[in-house]
Amino acid sequence: MYVSTSSAFKSNAARELKNADLQTALGKARGHFIDGRQTAVDRLPEFDALRDRGRDIKNHVIEHLDFYLETFEENVRKAGGHVHWARTAAEAQAIVLDICRSVGATSVNKGKSMISEECGINDALEANGIRAVETDLGEYIIQLRGEKPSHIIAPAVHVTRAQVETSFREAHTHLDPARNLDEPPTMLDEARGVLRKKYFEAEVGITGANFLVAETGTSIIVTNEGNGDLSQLLPKVHIALASIEKVVPTLEDTATLLRLLARSATGQEFSSYTTLSTGPRRAGDPDGPEQYHVVLLDNGRSAMLGTEFQDMLRCIRCGACMNHCPVYQSVGGHAYGWVYPGPMGAVLTPSLLGIAEGGQLPNASTFCGRCEEVCPVRIPLPKMMRHWRNHEHEAHLSPGGYRVGLGLWAFFARRPALYRLAAGLQARLMARLARQRGRFSSLPLAKGWTRYRDLPAPEGRTFQSLWAERRRGGGA
Amino acid sequence: MSAARDQILGSVRKALGRDGPVDAGTAERLRAGIAAHARNIVPKRTDLDRPALLDLFQTMAQNVHATVARVARMDDVPAAVGDYLKGQNLPAQIVMAPDPTLDGADWGSQKLLEIRRGVPVESDPVSVTSAAAAVAETGTLIMNSGPDHPSTLNFLPETHIVVLPASRVAKSYEDIWDQLRGQMAERGGLLPRTVNMVTGPSRSGDIEQTLLLGAHGPRRLHIVLVGDGEET
Repeated sequence: MYVSTSSAFKSNAARELKNADLQTALGKARGHFIDGRQTAVDRLPEFDALRDRGRDIKNHVIEHLDFYLETFEENVRKAGGHVHWARTAAEAQAIVLDICRSVGATSVNKGKSMISEECGINDALEANGIRAVETDLGEYIIQLRGEKPSHIIAPAVHVTRAQVETSFREAHTHLDPARNLDEPPTMLDEARGVLRKKYFEAEVGITGANFLVAETGTSIIVTNEGNGDLSQLLPKVHIALASIEKVVPTLEDTATLLRLLARSATGQEFSSYTTLSTGPRRAGDPDGPEQYHVVLLDNGRSAMLGTEFQDMLRCIRCGACMNHCPVYQSVGGHAYGWVYPGPMGAVLTPSLLGIAEGGQLPNASTFCGRCEEVCPVRIPLPKMMRHWRNHEHEAHLSPGGYRVGLGLWAFFARRPALYRLAAGLQARLMARLARQRGRFSSLPLAKGWTRYRDLPAPEGRTFQSLWAERRRGGGA
Repeated sequence: MSAARDQILGSVRKALGRDGPVDAGTAERLRAGIAAHARNIVPKRTDLDRPALLDLFQTMAQNVHATVARVARMDDVPAAVGDYLKGQNLPAQIVMAPDPTLDGADWGSQKLLEIRRGVPVESDPVSVTSAAAAVAETGTLIMNSGPDHPSTLNFLPETHIVVLPASRVAKSYEDIWDQLRGQMAERGGLLPRTVNMVTGPSRSGDIEQTLLLGAHGPRRLHIVLVGDGEET
């Protein structure tokens, strides 16, 4: 099971800010996804209209989720596949293990899947003597390093090339120690060679699913490397792991969401490989898996329905929110402490793990609003983070000093005359204390600010009094 | 039916304010919604005449590092394949899909070309397949699994050569869905087991966001666009 450290976000973040390798890696990635997305969006005049349609499609599905899940299930069965329902991560593990045991599997190939991370599938397999091999290059790198993904589409975005080289030299001891491994292309060739062998050894291939198409009983993966395809084509058994909100009514609706996904994620017009899988190998098919299973995971999602967090179920996992988030870009994904980082993680983690564990994350926001601006299905992420902050306050989970401060401010804010008086006194007092310097280099109760930078001093007047003067005609 | 299934559907329904499944009228409306296959917004970039559409397909494919060669007739394909292999310094050894589309050419004209038909093995350097269709919107090839097209041909060899009759170039994904539905009767009411939508060769950006081609699938994707009576 993925053990969360989300409740330790503050100390996680403090650690990551001092992590030189992470900061190097984040520095190199910064801007890459933002520029790519903007270029792709600029090339498609219909992009914003597609976002509206994408939002509406997902809302329609959510309102009739049971109907589309049952339709999907019926059509998977018609195609000769199997559908399994898992309430929890533990149930998903048990289902996957049962399928693996039924074919005597000793080795499983993995395409990239965040649901697999959420359910701790690799640990469950390894604990039962089944080797799990991540085949996505980024996932492979972090599996060697004993780490978790730090980004939902770029799992090794926190790793520098020098660290990749070190990991490959440690793991690939059968290769010449004197080999040159300086450049990304040689690293890729080495990983390709090592993983090639493993594709043919696995009895089971596990992938995620970007979409489940109700009308045809089809699961879809969207990838660039082709590892997901080899993972599902070569073994006897293909298992697709998907959460329940991944279902989409028709192929036409899928096309709309596909047009949004790659552009929002990597700035590609379309990913290299979009693959539709329907049932197992047919009579006469020369290749493909003999068994096809879909595991539908709830794990807290149905409990989000009908709440102020329902809109989060529209998420198509593109990662645009974290690519554009100043907090994520400063602390990286591991600081968030669980499977899903960035703004989408800040909403999803408390929803799925509870506020006591995930309640810190919605505070990791400057409320700049970029995440909502770029979300392909227009999820109001800042609004939902505010909801979580309210819940945190109501549950008395926020720190004492913060609560006292907020209580004091609320006391004055509800009494406008008193507020004006107090603010005016404070502005005059602070202006006098700062004297000519015009700023404070240290101030009681504001050490968190003044430790890193000076606090500009008020100049003796409050905003409200200046505003009132201007309204009276004192200025233009 | 499992307890997990009942409980998940039950909690979904409860959260949506229902005791059971959607009522008969709603179910009918939702089923009709699926059956209508209404198109959403289809980008206008493909509102073009045929020659311009083929040009768009070629440009979009080349933008994602596929290469495209145009030939007038099916008979020209074997020479185009031979020339490509020579030009890239690749072995004259191909594994070819058992696809009747490819039988329309005289492969014997390429005396040095070693050809095997069927599924690839790990050591096969080059595959040659056809594509059931293509999408001009994004330069995407559509390859359906079936007796005439092993899906592994699209992924295992380092070089994938795709022979594409120009008449198969469609505008949008929606055109492909219509085609696939039209073929469902001959597939027992089903889509093919695997539909691969392939847009350029395999790639990865997982090491410091450096674009690398050939991560697990083909390093090279070469498309031979065949005139097939259409202007190329």
